[in-house]
Amino acid sequence: MTDNTLDTQIDLVRDEGFYQTNLRSRKFRGNLWKNFFLLAIIVAFGALLALFYNIANSAFGYVVEDYAVNPTTLAPDGNLSALREDELIAILLEYQERRLPVYIRDYVFTGDPTQFTTLPVSEVLAGKWYPPETDALTIRDLTPAQQAEVLERNMDQAQMVTLITEQVVDPVVLESYTLVESIFNRPAIEAEFQEEFVEQGATLYFTSWVNLDFLTSPLSNNPAAAGARTAIIGTLLVVIVTICIAFPIGVGAAIYLEEYSDHQEGHFLTRMNRIIETNIRNLAGVPSIIYGLLGLAVFVRTLGGVTGGRTIISASLTMALLILPVIIINAQEALRAVPSSLRDASYGMGATKWQTIYKVVMPSAIPGILTGTILAMSRAIGETAPLIIVGASTFILFDPSSLQSRFTVLPILIYNWTSRPQPEFKNLAASAIIVLLVLLLILNATAIILRQRARKSLAS
Amino acid sequence: MSAVKATAPATSGAYAIELKNVNVFYGEKLAVKDVNVNIQRQKITAFIGPSGCGKSTVLRALNRMNDLVLGARVAGEVIYNGQNLYGPNIDPVEVRRRIGMVFQKANPFPKSIYDNIAYGPRLLGIRGKQQLDDIVERSLKGAFLWDEVKNDLKKSGLALSGGQQQRLCIARAVAIEPDVILMDEPCSALDPIATQAIEELMRELVKTYTIVIVTHNMQQAQRVADFTAFFSIRKEMLNEGKDRRWGVLVEYAPTATIFNSPANEETERYIGGEFG
Repeated sequence: MTDNTLDTQIDLVRDEGFYQTNLRSRKFRGNLWKNFFLLAIIVAFGALLALFYNIANSAFGYVVEDYAVNPTTLAPDGNLSALREDELIAILLEYQERRLPVYIRDYVFTGDPTQFTTLPVSEVLAGKWYPPETDALTIRDLTPAQQAEVLERNMDQAQMVTLITEQVVDPVVLESYTLVESIFNRPAIEAEFQEEFVEQGATLYFTSWVNLDFLTSPLSNNPAAAGARTAIIGTLLVVIVTICIAFPIGVGAAIYLEEYSDHQEGHFLTRMNRIIETNIRNLAGVPSIIYGLLGLAVFVRTLGGVTGGRTIISASLTMALLILPVIIINAQEALRAVPSSLRDASYGMGATKWQTIYKVVMPSAIPGILTGTILAMSRAIGETAPLIIVGASTFILFDPSSLQSRFTVLPILIYNWTSRPQPEFKNLAASAIIVLLVLLLILNATAIILRQRARKSLAS
Repeated sequence: MSAVKATAPATSGAYAIELKNVNVFYGEKLAVKDVNVNIQRQKITAFIGPSGCGKSTVLRALNRMNDLVLGARVAGEVIYNGQNLYGPNIDPVEVRRRIGMVFQKANPFPKSIYDNIAYGPRLLGIRGKQQLDDIVERSLKGAFLWDEVKNDLKKSGLALSGGQQQRLCIARAVAIEPDVILMDEPCSALDPIATQAIEELMRELVKTYTIVIVTHNMQQAQRVADFTAFFSIRKEMLNEGKDRRWGVLVEYAPTATIFNSPANEETERYIGGEFG
């Protein structure tokens, strides 16, 4: 470079006009980007608000409810739970005399339903109470009073209340309104109620579809009685079992890959490990439905004898496979982020490899590992596709009682409810979404608290 | 597996560690060639030399820290208490328990001061609270840190100042009572006052331990070291303008000799500040 061109360059650096012109465009570009980032956050926040608006709109609002039999006529203030067993049985006998054998079959009998009416009472009700000297008769031969007594002696009071609520009171939602309508259009709702429904004896009241009954009631085809308990229990069991399987395996694999698998360049094992790592990264991107097919083939079919087929344990094993790559990758990152100076310090003291990993590397990596686990858990809660394939039920009456029980989960329940024709199920679906979101928050909060405690113990 | 001997056999004489024709390779690349040094017991030996001359590499060869670097390989013999540390059946874990190390950048664990010191003894299986308390107190006193931290033993080691952290690391190394302490530029990140504290500490520790220190600071070597080894770089031109470089030991003598009347002309130029 000659002195001449060097001088021109320096002149430009000294040129105040050139500096000022460029300064304006530099600041303008900076502002442009800043506004774009602001816009991005506004769009994201708007989308979140729209979601909450939509859910809340369906989950709360006025409903018009009617009963086959108004509960106030059965019990003081309509409170059935306050009644004694004999009073409840009297109600059943009065309103549902002809259906008593059906209730015995559903609530007392435990055998094969096809043989219920043909077997003698002594076999049908073996081990249960039944009227004396009726051993040889069938259920149909008993008088209604005897049938009622069988129910009274073999059911508890809470079961009877549920039974009467569903079968005698039989609440029906005639009309439901959205939250926005309920708040801004109240006079119109009341006018419509007076005009169309009041004569039938129906009632209009403001309700939250998410309530204690919703959380504690089992699934039902009757929207007024349906709850999400079975699906909540199913979701919790699947997620917890999934994490219990995937966390130790995932963290173990990450520790092996990061701490033990180092070999010299060109070594056979180095290439093996690299292939394994690449595959794990690719597996994280495989569509979840593929995992569902794998779970169906391996856990439901091949290992059906152990897992019991379409059960919680099959679903959890499938989910564990699905989230393993996420846990492994995040744990690897966390382990890699531990400064090598800490490892050197430990080895320099004469620590063995395992002592170094256990006492120095793991404590520093745990917060990062838990962050990855939180991400994985959130994914496991929301996943639906693989569970449909491995056979989560869309409708079951019984709560899962063991790892080999059939089950359903909240996302599947939501999907099922949104596809039903009755409009009330839309309200129920919105409520189930709220429950799912709250469940997600609770589980994440637990993991975050654990992480904060691990961080604190590092810093103090 | 034969245990690394804790005490010197009668035959080993005054040397703590003897390096015989030590060559260090990183993969195929020769890093240090043919180093022969006898390190005197309970003396401070300083390794000096320009950047890239392999002085840290040789230091890390003394307690097999190079084993942790993928592809690193040491040829030759490092004799400690009559045993070749690179012989068969020698467990590097045992070597490092006898020959401790302090690093360039202070690296306390993200644990309390107490747990930092107790780390080594706990590794060895010491569990008794009273015993650990005693070791912690003795080690911190030995590192001239006790008076400054005795009321904050539960505080994080990371909350200390840079100089205090480095003294904590020295106390941590001392806690398992090694035979030799290796220090890899322990003062390079410290201010002059903290450096002075560490140098005083080294003069005190050398009454009990053998110390080997790598330093960039020639005044420091002059101030603290009894013996000094000067390393330099040799290079060989390859074709296409590339070259191959490796470190060699140029001169090893008592510090006064190295600085006042070096035998080698290259040493004299380096001491005189002509390169490096």
